[in-house]
Amino acid sequence: MSEEHVPTGGREGGHKQASGGLGMLAAGFVVAIVVGWLLYPAIVMSSKPQPINFNHKAHGAEGAGLACDGCHTFREDGSFAGIPKLDNCIQCHESAQGESPDEAKLVEQYITPNKEIPWLSYSYQPLCVFFSHAAHVKMAQLECTTCHEDMSKSSSSPPVKVYRISGYSKNTMSMEACEDCHAQKGTSNACFVCHK
Amino acid sequence: MSEHQEVASKEKYGMVIDLDKCTGCGACTVACLSENNHYVREDESDKLHSVTWMKVYKVTNGEPFPNTKVAFIPRPCMHCDHHTPCVSVCPVMATDYNPLTGIVSQIYTRCIGCRYCVGACPYHARYFNWWDPVWPEGMHKLLNPDMSPRMRGVAEKCSFCNHRLQKAKDKAYVEGRKELKDGEYVTACAEACPTRAITFGNMKDPESAIAKLIKSPGAFRLLEKLGTQPKVYYLSNESWIRELGDNALGRKKRGGLA
Repeated sequence: MSEEHVPTGGREGGHKQASGGLGMLAAGFVVAIVVGWLLYPAIVMSSKPQPINFNHKAHGAEGAGLACDGCHTFREDGSFAGIPKLDNCIQCHESAQGESPDEAKLVEQYITPNKEIPWLSYSYQPLCVFFSHAAHVKMAQLECTTCHEDMSKSSSSPPVKVYRISGYSKNTMSMEACEDCHAQKGTSNACFVCHK
Repeated sequence: MSEHQEVASKEKYGMVIDLDKCTGCGACTVACLSENNHYVREDESDKLHSVTWMKVYKVTNGEPFPNTKVAFIPRPCMHCDHHTPCVSVCPVMATDYNPLTGIVSQIYTRCIGCRYCVGACPYHARYFNWWDPVWPEGMHKLLNPDMSPRMRGVAEKCSFCNHRLQKAKDKAYVEGRKELKDGEYVTACAEACPTRAITFGNMKDPESAIAKLIKSPGAFRLLEKLGTQPKVYYLSNESWIRELGDNALGRKKRGGLA
């Protein structure tokens, strides 16, 4: 077909189609982002709020000056205590120190009736996994932030996201992450190093 | 399968069972069941389907009264050191030989339940879970949180209480040590034995009780002729027991399982 037979109107229509197509692409992109970032996680993960909106920043270096191991301690038998018990809180908060509503809630609902706070754990492993904090923190001298988020900069407790089907937390460390690091550091990857 | 990769390790755990001290009371079996979260079926009369990681066999010398002699052979997993049969046949690497400790693992979440290992084990130390575990109301409070539960359709076996090794190591790390002292890590069966017939420890530590015991003249292993080099040794001054240990079909008329 030669040039002169091509109708000019066709070219103008082509421009219109191209801009319409771009609009469709942009709309599809927005829909995909909304579905992928907002809807999909809400469908596959449940979101549970912490009983108290704990402020790590106020307790850490910029506040009360506590280090991670000030509250997250090892027991004498070598196991890791994990989330602190109410006794740790009572040491400073027997009565409210400030005016934060969360501190008032702590004193009123938990410290006065001497009831443990039902904290939810962000990072837990499945039942077949043995994770040794002692091996990683005491022997390998790893920082807490190597695996955990740096909580010292966070002033609120985000909700705990749990996959509805598997029951794993969003923060559950994957086996690949463990294996990769062990391989890089020359640590054994035999099954019974991490499994029980 | 090739030889296990040799790794410079100061640990290799093993067990010595003194058959002359064993009374066959079964405390080791009970301790094992409770330590490792075994459930009990409503009807356990079909012993072929019972799961007993630590099983006590009764043997006799086959002589008529009054010369009859009886002995008991407790049989955990042998944690074979050489060409470990179950590890050789597993198609999904659900079981491996840990060259650092000599312990043969079993990972239930990885097992596909093909039961090759159950067939390959010359010691009948591997079991298959035919049912999902069910504990009577309230009994779940007695479960050991250090031991992973098993589901229906997977093979399982004695782990030398590997979770106790993990806990003992943790304690050592917090105290700033890398190595364990003799006796810090023992299995539940060794701990429960009322006659102290079971000794458990690090065979590579020359000062450990087990390193001395495995050199004693009455020491033998089950089916040594297979060359699997079990890490469970038996002691006995009775020659008929030692001969039975390497089983033999030629001696069938005299002695055997009772």
